[in-house]
Amino acid sequence: MADLSTSICGMKLRSPLILASGITDTTGASLLRAIRNGAGAAIIKSVSVEPREGHKGHVVQEFDDLSMINAMGLPNQGIKHAIDELIEAQKRTDAPLIANIYAGTVEDFGLLAREISKAKPAMIEVNISCPNVHDEFGTPFSALPEAAAKVTKEVKKNTSIPISIKLSPNTIAISQVAKAVEKAGADCITCINTLAGMLIDIDTAVPILSNLSGGISGKALKPVAVKAVYDCHEVVKIPIIGTGGVLTGRDAIEHIMAGAGAVGVGTALFYRGQEAFSLINAEMKEEMKRLGYKSIKEMIGLAHH
Amino acid sequence: MEMGVATPVKLPIAKIVDEAKDIKTFFFTHLLKSEPGQFIMVILPKLGMRPMSISSDNGAEFGTTICGVGPLSNAMMEKKPGDIIGIRGPLGKPFSGRGNHVVLVGGGYGSGPMAFWAERAIARGMDSKKIHYIVGARTKELLLFEERMRRAKVNLHIATNDGSHGYKGFNIDLLRQVIEEAKHSGNPLDMIYTCGPELMEKAVFDVAVETGTDCEISMERYMKCGIGICGSCAVDPDGLLICVDGPCVNKETAAKITEFGAYHRDASGQKVYYKKG
Repeated sequence: MADLSTSICGMKLRSPLILASGITDTTGASLLRAIRNGAGAAIIKSVSVEPREGHKGHVVQEFDDLSMINAMGLPNQGIKHAIDELIEAQKRTDAPLIANIYAGTVEDFGLLAREISKAKPAMIEVNISCPNVHDEFGTPFSALPEAAAKVTKEVKKNTSIPISIKLSPNTIAISQVAKAVEKAGADCITCINTLAGMLIDIDTAVPILSNLSGGISGKALKPVAVKAVYDCHEVVKIPIIGTGGVLTGRDAIEHIMAGAGAVGVGTALFYRGQEAFSLINAEMKEEMKRLGYKSIKEMIGLAHH
Repeated sequence: MEMGVATPVKLPIAKIVDEAKDIKTFFFTHLLKSEPGQFIMVILPKLGMRPMSISSDNGAEFGTTICGVGPLSNAMMEKKPGDIIGIRGPLGKPFSGRGNHVVLVGGGYGSGPMAFWAERAIARGMDSKKIHYIVGARTKELLLFEERMRRAKVNLHIATNDGSHGYKGFNIDLLRQVIEEAKHSGNPLDMIYTCGPELMEKAVFDVAVETGTDCEISMERYMKCGIGICGSCAVDPDGLLICVDGPCVNKETAAKITEFGAYHRDASGQKVYYKKG
């Protein structure tokens, strides 16, 4: 009988599936719902120092086959309320709840890490890569190994909770960024954030998203994400949360074989509904049975020969 | 794998009807296949998309009633027949359609889905005399769909806060009267449907609980995506998403939503408490 339970960075997971940051998870109630539906852990939407309303208007659009592009603009309640949401939610579950922080300056990353640690999350994911707010903050930290390492050091300095740096595919060499953040003290990396893209409505000659461009997720992102996980697994020893295009049990196993120890799920909640977690869990078990695997750990990195 | 919801379509406005000051109904000739209580996202280039309720759908033509309150809805007020509008939908869970003797309680432009419910039920064979339509507004000029409901031959009950038309007071008072009268006549009401401002809906829900009458409520929450992805409309404590698990919720679900009638969340997710009184 295939066993889905596993662990990563000291977190015990009943399933390797983790609700990815940014999907339905503005509030603690949404994190709990993902757990109830079969997720092993859940990550809150990126939290900034001050509340943010995010972009107005057309913020998300599905396209082609099982793909999606979004530019939400990181709406969130701000650190003060996020701490309360996490504390209240953690009272209602034994499953690990993961924070996610986002800032425009290295100093603010440190401040957020210190503050969010008060909620005692199981892990702090650090969003250094969201492509949606370039216009406000310039080049993202995720684009350059030195900048990413600087944020990592600052966050580590301000918390004793394990941290995962969420890497971006929008860089020339993701494995170099991965190596740099590992050296700077990261406990884990999340591979990957969305891929920058654009859709244009040819009837009106206007880009579809209000923000003009956005981040691609879903099926179109999967091969990009699997390669990123694979490339990073080649160069770092710290565990990897593989994220990007996981819609089925097969997709999850692909990520794991590329080197992921746990797997983020996001866009699947649109295409398969809130019960996506239980569906993917069941599919993983089926595939593992068919292939003769009994545990998640024995599949990690199997594609590296 | 089942796909999500329909990709947006671009439709020319077929007809515009002025309903009240800054309230217009826009009609589109399109097979929307919607049920009463569902909504659409109205999309305008550069102004984005906002959720709007569906106020009629006869199979050949549907209408959405819009009040000019923000950038997109105000831009809609300037539109002319023939202008092209992006529409995504129908979205969300509709009202169930249950009930053999029902009362519809609408407030403000929330009366659109109520009128739609009545017309659809009659088209499906329900006796119009088994439908009570209670509509309230601050003043006569703001009352919606009175003529339309008169034509549908439902039992019409009108309340205005200033007494300029119908009963002087709140539609909740009329609701109590209608329930009471139906009970005494030996043909009690078995369902209340409501759509309108949240505190009115909460008052309707409380009456439903108090009188032991079943009810369904169309809830409104801030929405960004409308398709169950962004989480802006998640309600406490169970994280139901009003865009896909609602907007129409039954009595049991409404009873579990602890924030119903207490607070909602703004665009950043911060709680905004309703002012009582």
